Amino acid sequence: MTAQTDSAADLALELRGIDKSFGAVRANKHIDLKVEKGTIHGIVGENGAGKSTLMSIIYGFYQADKGDIFVDGQKLQIKDSKTAISAGIGMVHQHFMLIQNFTAIENVVLGAESGNLIDDSLKKARAEMEHLAKEYGLEVPLDTPVEELAVGYQQRIEILKALYRGAKILILDEPTGVLTPQETEHLFKVLQSLKEQGTTVILITHKLREIMAATDNVSVMRQGEMVAHVRTQDTSREQLAELMVGRKVLLRVEKGASTVGDVKLSMDHVSLTDHMGVKRLKDVSLNVRAGEIVGIAGVSGNGQSELLEALAGIRAINEGEIDLNGHKVTADHRLSPSEVRKVGVGHIPEDRHRMGLINAFPAYEAFVLGYHRSPEYNGKIQMKQKSMIDDCAEKMERWDVRPQDPYLKTANFSGGNQQKLVIAREVEQNPDVLLIGQPTRGVDIGAIESIHKRILDMRAAGKAILLVSVELDEIRSLADRILVMFDGIIVGEVPADKADERTLGLMMANIVPEEVKALQAEETA
Amino acid sequence: MSQQRIPAWITVGVIPLANVALAAFAAGLVFWYLDINPFDALGTMAYGAFGSSYGWGYTLYYMTSYIFTGLAVAVAFQCGMFNIGGEGQAYIGALGVGLVCLALGGHVPFIILLPISIVAAAVFGALWALIPAWLQATRGSHIVITTIMFNFIAAALMNYILINFLKPDGTMSVESAVFHESAWIPKMHDVLAVFGISLDRSPLNLSIFWSLFVAWAVWVFLWRTRWGYEIRTVGSNATGAQYGGIGIPRVVILTMLVAGGLAGFMALNVVQGEAHQIKLNLVNQMGFTGIAVALMGRNHPIGIVLASLLFGFLTQGGSELQFEYSIDARIVVVLQGLVILFSGALQNMMKHPIERLYLTLANRSGSDQAAAEA
Repeated sequence: MTAQTDSAADLALELRGIDKSFGAVRANKHIDLKVEKGTIHGIVGENGAGKSTLMSIIYGFYQADKGDIFVDGQKLQIKDSKTAISAGIGMVHQHFMLIQNFTAIENVVLGAESGNLIDDSLKKARAEMEHLAKEYGLEVPLDTPVEELAVGYQQRIEILKALYRGAKILILDEPTGVLTPQETEHLFKVLQSLKEQGTTVILITHKLREIMAATDNVSVMRQGEMVAHVRTQDTSREQLAELMVGRKVLLRVEKGASTVGDVKLSMDHVSLTDHMGVKRLKDVSLNVRAGEIVGIAGVSGNGQSELLEALAGIRAINEGEIDLNGHKVTADHRLSPSEVRKVGVGHIPEDRHRMGLINAFPAYEAFVLGYHRSPEYNGKIQMKQKSMIDDCAEKMERWDVRPQDPYLKTANFSGGNQQKLVIAREVEQNPDVLLIGQPTRGVDIGAIESIHKRILDMRAAGKAILLVSVELDEIRSLADRILVMFDGIIVGEVPADKADERTLGLMMANIVPEEVKALQAEETA
Repeated sequence: MSQQRIPAWITVGVIPLANVALAAFAAGLVFWYLDINPFDALGTMAYGAFGSSYGWGYTLYYMTSYIFTGLAVAVAFQCGMFNIGGEGQAYIGALGVGLVCLALGGHVPFIILLPISIVAAAVFGALWALIPAWLQATRGSHIVITTIMFNFIAAALMNYILINFLKPDGTMSVESAVFHESAWIPKMHDVLAVFGISLDRSPLNLSIFWSLFVAWAVWVFLWRTRWGYEIRTVGSNATGAQYGGIGIPRVVILTMLVAGGLAGFMALNVVQGEAHQIKLNLVNQMGFTGIAVALMGRNHPIGIVLASLLFGFLTQGGSELQFEYSIDARIVVVLQGLVILFSGALQNMMKHPIERLYLTLANRSGSDQAAAEA
């Protein structure tokens, strides 16, 4: 295999016939991949398509069962990440691997020290990092502990770590999940200048818009297989989505008209301090009317979860007043989660594994969580096994949950089907108010479409819907009004038709653009 | 790409059997070291435990106690708690049973006394679990620590009560008076003699039926009622339980009351069925063995009945062994320890290879099938 074709000389990385199985699961089936030198190469695919496994093989976390890896035309046996690093492969993980109380420079040096004294390494690293910062726009505060830095900076440190170790091929795994639109834009500029200097970038993401914006070539994975390699300029989001799912997908659902009614949910100067004494909600006021969707945008961790949990009765508030479908909640007068359900409020939680479902239970048992005391499921002593199972089967059919098996363990459904189970459970109780958190997190692109449709159906049916999501596209296509949260406050409100990416992005960083200020002044006047 | 499932007969049948086989092998090595032929030893144990109605009687008598103490651990475990307090809960349950039998024995007919002593066993056992449960539910004091401490408190309390209140004047040994004969739970050999079936005398009494009924009732409670649903929900995902509007402190207390009551039932077998008096140290480690039983029985009533039978066999067969070869009585503990080691601590050692083997075989026949269909 020493004879290489001419084109191979221009390849930074080539995979031939990679196979990898975990027990009975074939995560990668005969994968071929060619990544040209000095390009940004996107890899897209749904959850579980095998992207992460493939990258882990390239980075030496796993060994392929079969197949060869060529780096710069040389066949390479990558048995651990050390081999990968010395071959010039660097990886930026989705979850950062930084020591929180170390500074940027200490994190960069960690594991790449030279000599016996740390000072020499630090000095060398400082010079190198200042150089990299200038060249690629990778400025970071070098001497501040990482825990005090914003996520955008932390990601830059991860990239610097890889570059400092001499990475010529940089792999980024879902790098934009935690970034604001502005930070994302900056990241892509950095990648662009890296590319211009000859670095090869592999970008793994499920966001098609980013693939279109940032990459030169793109490879699509589906169910462990590579289904297509295309030039980005020759393709479209619609085509990529179709390749990923294997059928035509609507990326944006049509939002029909809806008649807006009375206020069904309101918060009046609500504050919430958590058990650590950190103020999570600061003087939050909002209202949601029947027949409208109010979206809450913001970078994850700015109080959205606490907002939802306070409304759902899971957390107690400290100040202010909540009105849930005509029932008052204050610091002294709480409603428990089951009382909140009784007053006609449904809650689709942000994290279905941690909260919305019991993974160890069969589907029909997880399907009654929260309603397990209702008379329709209970006899005098025993629960009505048959009505639970029949009910679950019937709703599985109506909501197209697959496989349609009420006995199957909840954990064994795919993300999209688990989410449909939760949504079906809450919506079928016919609540007046719906609290929805991250409805499509970890959900396949094909299922996203149907979940979005269902949410709009509920809006048309006159439900008051509060939607929390970190996906801006989702909020923009579903919500009628958008509120942006930052550090526990509501920065401002924008009507959906005026909410472009830039405006929302600025507000997510607590900057209110003039147009929005003017809009708000108009409203109060 | 979906993960293939392992059928139940592998999980509850093949894997536990493989674990027990390994334990038996290790026990064989111990006997070999003691210059005892392992096969002779096994034969002695089997004959001792199952070779006569005398052996059977003892084995099933022990099994009855283990079912109760095993269930006491399993119910708490389903709620995510480790109840180490079976020992103390059973001991205090014995106090309840004893007091009822001493007070009412000879005054009321057995048919009226029995329900009262059953309730007393459960209430006393449950009350002994209440304080640790309350501390766990409201203060977050770890149930493992508090139930262990309550075992010691129970032992001290029982010493005090026996010496100062229950010991008849003029006796030397620390035990209560013997109950009136009308309070005794009938022995199996006496009952069957009425039907013309003759058995050797053994401690086996009618409590065994109660233990099997209770095992079934626990299954219904855990898997067929809303209370059991809430217990299992709290045990497998506390955040999800909170989301579902389940009051976790209330469920924790309910679970521990049930667990304590189950442990208390053990006194029916040992005190009302066999000893007919409250004796010092009557629980004799059976509360702790209940932990091993629950572990071995995968915290499921059916598993617990089977594991109780195994431990009953070990206890009875082990004491035969000790008698036959005049070896240390603690050989029984060694055997139990090996079973616990292999089926508890090392359960995954056999689990993964067996599951892998099954998947390989299943896939091979699966692809054969697919090829045949194509």
